[in-house]
Amino acid sequence: MIGLVLRRLAQGVPTLLAVVAVSFFMMRLAPGGPFDLERPLSPAAMENLRRVYGLNQPLIVQFGGYLGALARGDLGPSFSFQDMTVAGLIRQGLPVSATLGGLALLLATVLGVGLGTLAALRRGGPADRVIGLGAALSLSLPSFVVAPLFQIAFGLTLRWLPLSGWDGGSPGHLILPVATLALPQVGALARLTRASLGEALRTQPVRTMRSFGLPPFRVTRHALRGALLPVVAYLGPLAAALLTGSVVVETIFGLPGIGRYFVEGALNRDYTLVMGVVLVVAAFVIVLNLAADLACAWLDPRLRVAP
Amino acid sequence: MAALAVLGLVALACLVGPLLIAQEPDRFFPDLRQLPAGLTAQPDADHLGPALERIAFRIRARVAQTDRTGDSLRLVLASDRPIEPRGLVYLPRSDLFGPATVVATEEGGRRLVLDVPVRRLRFPLGTDIHGRDLLARSLVAGRISLAVGLTATFVALVIGVAYGATAGFLGGAIDAAMMRVVDALYALPFVFFVILLLVFFRASLGLMLLAIAAVEWLDMARIVRAQTLSLRERDFVRAARALGLTTPAILARHIVPNALGPIAVAATLLVPQVILLESFLSFLGLGVQEPQTSWGVLIAEGARAIETAPHMLAAPAVFLVATLVALNLFGDAMADALDPRSD
Repeated sequence: MIGLVLRRLAQGVPTLLAVVAVSFFMMRLAPGGPFDLERPLSPAAMENLRRVYGLNQPLIVQFGGYLGALARGDLGPSFSFQDMTVAGLIRQGLPVSATLGGLALLLATVLGVGLGTLAALRRGGPADRVIGLGAALSLSLPSFVVAPLFQIAFGLTLRWLPLSGWDGGSPGHLILPVATLALPQVGALARLTRASLGEALRTQPVRTMRSFGLPPFRVTRHALRGALLPVVAYLGPLAAALLTGSVVVETIFGLPGIGRYFVEGALNRDYTLVMGVVLVVAAFVIVLNLAADLACAWLDPRLRVAP
Repeated sequence: MAALAVLGLVALACLVGPLLIAQEPDRFFPDLRQLPAGLTAQPDADHLGPALERIAFRIRARVAQTDRTGDSLRLVLASDRPIEPRGLVYLPRSDLFGPATVVATEEGGRRLVLDVPVRRLRFPLGTDIHGRDLLARSLVAGRISLAVGLTATFVALVIGVAYGATAGFLGGAIDAAMMRVVDALYALPFVFFVILLLVFFRASLGLMLLAIAAVEWLDMARIVRAQTLSLRERDFVRAARALGLTTPAILARHIVPNALGPIAVAATLLVPQVILLESFLSFLGLGVQEPQTSWGVLIAEGARAIETAPHMLAAPAVFLVATLVALNLFGDAMADALDPRSD
């Protein structure tokens, strides 16, 4: 087991290297630079700045330098945020994004799996149809439509909740962003659960359990364990996407998460900040995919022998 | 099948709608900014006065008296100096009035009595911050959104089908290597790459199509490979091979046509995803650029004006959501129809 985890983590290293290389060269080969202001700097000042940040060296030397610093855990200084290191910015932004994403993940999982189970048990009934339609609707509602609607409804009209801002993560400021993030995933998880539990409920073992007279609750519990496999597999990438921040939700609600740092960094040609955020996101994707695979192996012994 | 009807309706409206409605999507009405949705003809009583004041100011005159009966307006302009009649061209130039006829010249040209026809403009979905008709703009935007959705899906479809069918048919080490590449690509934070690509190389329609297609072909490749794996052991494929057909011929003649059902379902469900991604990028200002517009662009404009003009968000959002819901439901219905186990 430990060997498997180590092997998978080792496989993640080339992926991370590829991510670093692709984003590094994509940004550097593009026109424009971090010091292009509306009023151009004098050539001497520009040359000075470029030398201080090491931008005057050949690209491949810079890349080697970045990798070397990375190996020591140094993500470099930010170009656009004065006197801030990228590591410092991520330390500020990640807790915000992780809080939002974690809560949204929890909400989406509880609601989605719950509603999906209900729909599978009442297959064809009115509850099933309402849940199915609601799921299709929630999947079709983009977050950048839902977020302003929530702002109108709860912020402007009812005045129950603040429009935007973070305010140290007070519960009032969290409700709308978390609901916006969770909404489409509730639909996705409900559909997934309904489909796979519906299939599981029609298998022979379940029929046998029913014929032995087991109470419906226990039959469902047994069926659900197997049926949760695809759901858990889906949760891995989903968790990574939610925990590392939604660019749109953070922008609309004005939250200081890493998704917003990423967009601002990209617009300001802040090379190191963008690289730092992409690296953190990629690392999350790899680790959480691994976690999902381990959870699947725990649920289904047949998967334990696979590489 | 209601889903299909909604889809057809939206597509038809976007295709021919802009030709049928009177307002051009790019025509500015500076006096009619952020009108709410409604069927009243414009300019109404609230907007007539300010519009006249603005024009009178440019002619260097004052509005002394107005009297509106139906479509025509009796307007009296007054000034301290004689009014230059040539300034009256500002009236038709505003797009709200027709050309004025001078009924009487009083006080040595310092008072003009005019008959001015008033146009009747209708903006069923209101206007945006520049006074452009939102219905016309939403329909024109729909053309771009739908075109991007279909084109990018088609590109992703071609790449995914070719890749998946090749991997599945060749099998063995080649298959393993090809699918390992797909697995590795799945682990990349693709949306971040797309944003980087569009920020650093100037955003354009072609680049966005390419970026979206590059992200969305992975699912298709997996689905087609799974289908191919089961198809290639079937007798008709072995017969084709025994007859000496080449691999590309077998793929094109036997494998892909027999996998068309699942491919069609996946493609149908891919279109809403692509449209969603396009609007997401356009919302961030990275997708479709002015003067072209898409639903994402209009929604972004609406979201910025949400406190003063919520209708600006509502109009494009309704179009977008209706299209996405219809596509998703249609795809589900197709999947159910093709799945023999479904009840």
